[in-house]
Amino acid sequence: MAARTLINVPQKAKRGDVIQIKTLISHIMETGFRRDNVGALVPRDIITSFTCTYNGETIFDAELHQAIAANPFITFHTVATESGTIAFRWTGDHGFLQEASAKITVE
Amino acid sequence: MSALPRRAALVLAIALAGGALPGAAGEIPLNERRSAYEDMSRDNKAMQDDDTSNPGMLAVLDGEALWSAKAGASGKSCADCHGDAKASMKGVAARYPAFNDSAGRPVDLEQRINLSREQDQKSAPFAYESKDMLALSAYVATQSRGEPIAPSDDPRLAPFIDKGRALFNLRQGQLNLSCAQCHDDNWGKHLAGNTVPQAHPTGYPIYRLEWQSLGSLQRRLRNCIIGMRAETYAYGAPEYVDMELYLMWRARGMKMETPAVRP
Repeated sequence: MAARTLINVPQKAKRGDVIQIKTLISHIMETGFRRDNVGALVPRDIITSFTCTYNGETIFDAELHQAIAANPFITFHTVATESGTIAFRWTGDHGFLQEASAKITVE
Repeated sequence: MSALPRRAALVLAIALAGGALPGAAGEIPLNERRSAYEDMSRDNKAMQDDDTSNPGMLAVLDGEALWSAKAGASGKSCADCHGDAKASMKGVAARYPAFNDSAGRPVDLEQRINLSREQDQKSAPFAYESKDMLALSAYVATQSRGEPIAPSDDPRLAPFIDKGRALFNLRQGQLNLSCAQCHDDNWGKHLAGNTVPQAHPTGYPIYRLEWQSLGSLQRRLRNCIIGMRAETYAYGAPEYVDMELYLMWRARGMKMETPAVRP
């Protein structure tokens, strides 16, 4: 099953407002350190990077490592500058790629 | 002393012991019951309350897709028979486990889903704790969010509630503990830094931060049984279903929270 994402971006904001953005994505974040019940190492399978762009400009990015729990929840703030699209991109091991976006109207 | 009074004394002693069983004396008064939600940190409460922060909602989205996915030789989806789950499944999880005629005993929500898969969809049952079973049961149970837990008053359930109560009060394992000793007698106190909850199954399947995943009530029961250092039952065992039934009866009237978040 494809990854699921849940995005919380305010639909409307006043120009100059500080807005909170919340993102949640389904991912097992397998550390690569655990062994299965026959003793074999379970291969690492994690999200390694997250990027948020606001009308194409990167406003937030993060590197993720093994210590991040499953289903990473990333939340941050930005200033509402103009109407448009806030886009999210997660990439990871084994070619993992997931994208999502949300529209915002700034008045 | 003649034999007769001695026997009478023995009967009296047994009657007294019976009367002092925790099941009769220790049950939490209805108005003192509280969900373990109340004991959570502000952050964990916020995580559960916001559908875009609650990681259980990721599985609910998967469950919503499964609800309308055709499965098995019948080529039917859940939705083909049950329609919109928001209407047809509202309150359903709040009254499970329920008596099932073909099984001749109560079945829990997971078993009921598998009965539909096998008998109606002609499809393979989902394994307990599989991603699909958790997703579909979470989707169905989320339709009861905010509804009061309402166990059926079917009289055929009574002996199974009694069995569940007996298991809840059974001292077992190397620690010789019963569920009731913690959850009836010592709730609100601390065990290894955690508040001992009253153990009301208001939000299953729950997203447990410790598990980093969703898990069923049976998984949670196994957790405690392992903690008592007793032997677990296999998933789907009648003992678990009887305990689930007793716990739902014990939590009757409390509000469903599925998908709940717990530390």
